[in-house]
Amino acid sequence: MGVLEVKDLTMDFGGLRAVDHVSLEVTEGEIVALIGPNGAGKTTFFNCVTGVYNTMQGTVTINPPGREAEEIQRQPPHIITQKGLARTFQNIKLFQSMTVLENVMIGRHTRMKAGIAGAVFRGKKTRAEEQKLLHDCYEILKKIGLEKWVNEQAKNLPYGEQRRLEIARALATEPFLLLLDEPAAGMNPQETQDLVELILKLREEESISVLLIEHDMSLVMSLSEKIYVMDYGKGIASGVPKDVKKDPIVIKAYLGEDIDA
Amino acid sequence: MIKDRLLKSLYVSLWLTVLTFPVMVIRVNTIEDTVTWRWGNLLLILIGSYVFSLIWNYALERQERGKKVKTNKLSIKIKEIKATVSQSRPMKISGLAAVLAAVFLFPFLTSFYQMSIMNTALMYVMLGLGLNITIGLGGILNLGYIAFFMVGSYSYALLNQAIGLNFWIALPIGGLVALIFGIIVAVPVLRLRGDYLAIVTLAFGEIMRIVVENWSSLTGGPSGIRSIPRPAIPGVDLNLIDTAKLVYFIMIVLAAFTILITLRLKDSRIGRALIAMREDEIACQSMGINITKVKVIAFALGAVFAGVAGVVFAANTTFINPASFTLWESVLVLCIVVLGGMGSIPGVIFAALVLKLMPEYLRAFSEYRMLVFGAVLVIMMVFKPGGLIPEKRKHYNFTNKDAADFEEEDV
Amino acid sequence: MGFDYFFKLFIGGLTKGSIYALIAIGYTMVYGIIGLINFAHGEVYMIGAFTALIVAGILSVLNLPMFAVLMIAVVIAMIFSAGYGFTLEKIAYKPLRNAPRLSALISAIGMSIFLQNYVLLAQTSNFLPYPDMIPDFAFLEPIKQTLRTTQLIILVVTAIVMILLTLLIKFTKIGKAMRATSQDRVMAMLTGVNVNRVISVTFVIGSSIAALGGVLICSHTGRTHFYIGFLVGIKAFVAAVLGGIGSIPGAVLGSFVLGFTESFGAGYISSDYEDVFAFVILILILTFRPDGILGKSTKQKA
Repeated sequence: MGVLEVKDLTMDFGGLRAVDHVSLEVTEGEIVALIGPNGAGKTTFFNCVTGVYNTMQGTVTINPPGREAEEIQRQPPHIITQKGLARTFQNIKLFQSMTVLENVMIGRHTRMKAGIAGAVFRGKKTRAEEQKLLHDCYEILKKIGLEKWVNEQAKNLPYGEQRRLEIARALATEPFLLLLDEPAAGMNPQETQDLVELILKLREEESISVLLIEHDMSLVMSLSEKIYVMDYGKGIASGVPKDVKKDPIVIKAYLGEDIDA
Repeated sequence: MIKDRLLKSLYVSLWLTVLTFPVMVIRVNTIEDTVTWRWGNLLLILIGSYVFSLIWNYALERQERGKKVKTNKLSIKIKEIKATVSQSRPMKISGLAAVLAAVFLFPFLTSFYQMSIMNTALMYVMLGLGLNITIGLGGILNLGYIAFFMVGSYSYALLNQAIGLNFWIALPIGGLVALIFGIIVAVPVLRLRGDYLAIVTLAFGEIMRIVVENWSSLTGGPSGIRSIPRPAIPGVDLNLIDTAKLVYFIMIVLAAFTILITLRLKDSRIGRALIAMREDEIACQSMGINITKVKVIAFALGAVFAGVAGVVFAANTTFINPASFTLWESVLVLCIVVLGGMGSIPGVIFAALVLKLMPEYLRAFSEYRMLVFGAVLVIMMVFKPGGLIPEKRKHYNFTNKDAADFEEEDV
Repeated sequence: MGFDYFFKLFIGGLTKGSIYALIAIGYTMVYGIIGLINFAHGEVYMIGAFTALIVAGILSVLNLPMFAVLMIAVVIAMIFSAGYGFTLEKIAYKPLRNAPRLSALISAIGMSIFLQNYVLLAQTSNFLPYPDMIPDFAFLEPIKQTLRTTQLIILVVTAIVMILLTLLIKFTKIGKAMRATSQDRVMAMLTGVNVNRVISVTFVIGSSIAALGGVLICSHTGRTHFYIGFLVGIKAFVAAVLGGIGSIPGAVLGSFVLGFTESFGAGYISSDYEDVFAFVILILILTFRPDGILGKSTKQKA
């Protein structure tokens, strides 16, 4: 069974069925892409899986390496993140007035212990924890290539760097599965290439699996081992990239978009 | 350009003159059945609003330009001075020493009256710092904050009446009771969004005050509770002035304590979670943070400081009634936090001192002081919406490439 | 007690609700358009009442029929309050349109304090007796104890205002512009809506309606005071929130819920705790409907 298995996920907004019985699976170490025209329901899908929406039907089962499988549908987002799913957002949701380093430090929140007493008294344990935190977060920034921005306020970062910061922050939560929502949006070809290399490197070094939503077909084709396609809330195709590329249903859904990257 | 400005201000002044004509010029007294015409006011408004409009527009333009280009010679000089002062250690130490000396010597150099005012102002410093945790760090708008202050005061007053509770023990107890109330209020309020949450906190604040006002058998109703014992040192006989000095030092210690806790909080795991929640709730949750828990913390922590300050207030004034804890007081503390710059400790302290001391020292113009107060609020917000001293985040200096060593520096 | 008492409370609740509605509409419209709690709205209401009083005072020398005085006073009060609302927005809110919301709130509070004290200083701190400018209808004489003419007028006027406002919002160009701006200000700008003008119009309409309410209620209660805006303002704002802030029908509905709660609560339980009932009903409703009765539950897009 994959590290993530979604079966028949269905989500309604009032009268509108935004996601209609969509299933997908991510196996360990895989990079899977979820694509589809705008409005297909991909981000809604993400929101359901990560608990931001909690009125969905269907099941979401996680099976992280070394742990037992469990169902997580309709659980609150913070619990799901604690269990090892981390995500980035389509519209950048950084903590704007905090520094780059602090944004990453927030990611580590659930892996730390210090409470109010720790904050007020700053005992030895708390101080050691904070030191380790600073060290670890700086390392993460170096991995992502953002270490020179360490004290800069997140809102002052260039766009491409902000997107990478979101990934750094998600990485700090020590996930086994990273969900990236349009990580390359607004990036130029060079930045996109750098992002591809970054994701591959992360997959190698951090042993994480990746599920990403993307519109940039060059990135999708060069990165993913498996693709799922959604349109009007339904899953319309899935398979390896070269098959999906040629699938007439997919081509029709995109109608005119050149997916020969 | 200048001509345009002059003309524009003329239109504004004419508009304002006509607009304020009924209220300013005509006074209708239905008690005595008279109608008074005060034509002098007409001239006053005409000229006054003209001048005001000129200054206002000029200041707005300056602000617009200032945002784009910061090469004004004066502002560069000021930046240089600030940099040299903050880098230089001897300057920092002497500055700190001067402040400490002023703080310590204050009660011995001033009159009883001035000290009383300062004592009240210090209580509002503590209130400001407390609310700063809820609003400034946590981003939760609590419009009924003064209710926690009231809870602290009444806890001391009632427990003293019932079991003769000593002031010093009452201090932490007042904080504890306020904490409990903070949690009680937080629970129903948690699921609400921004403004709805704010209005419910206002509702709670008012409910508590009205209940206290009407539950005479328990709280003494509108007449309140009298003869609350002042703070005392066992064995030492203190007269009025010395008691005021004692209260002053108690407040300084409490304020320092609050500052310390806030500082520690800001750069801690919990503090960062509060700020993250303030910035973006959904992203915060997605980082694994239970925002319900964090919201309760933001609420309850803020309440504790108000409760403790409330105990001192009751002991200092020896007489409390619900009229000291109205919506207006909550609004005042809110103004202190926002004016000071949310999350900024020096800002909040400064704003508390200004907003509490200003009306007192403006007593000379006593009739106009509230008018000026309102105007000051508007002007401050228009020209400095980020508050007087906006928040600054901590900077870390990673000197070694391996990040094995680094130093923290406050910028 | 019995039915007479009930009916009296019912009319009382209806009247209160109507007044709250006239003020709450202004709060909710402004909130819907610029997301600001216009703390100074209550003061505009109060200034409307005072202006009408001043006008009536001047006209009293002319010995006109009561009805004419009322009409002139009301119209002038509405115009001046509209002017205050317009000016207030330009001075205290417009510069803060892109500032953090709390800053705009403090500015609103400052304006509220300023206007209260402005009237206090320029006029008087006393409670001023207010002439009952509404002529008594003869046909109501028999039930005068339960339903006074002023109350009937308040109810009728409120109904008319609501109908006119609904027509305006639904069918006129400016109404459409207002709806567009409240949904998405940037898009409205991009489609050619003069957002500044829409915002000003919103303030003007809300303020004049509030002024109308001010004149009516002061005629009913027989007195006015510079502080009335603050007290009623808070309640009207609570009513708007209760019904779903940003929604005009919500504000009206919330106002009547509040009016009835207060009237019956005070009448049957205890008049000391009248305000407590209002706030308790607010908390209860928001507990079960966190966006207000008619509030749109906006699921945040992640």
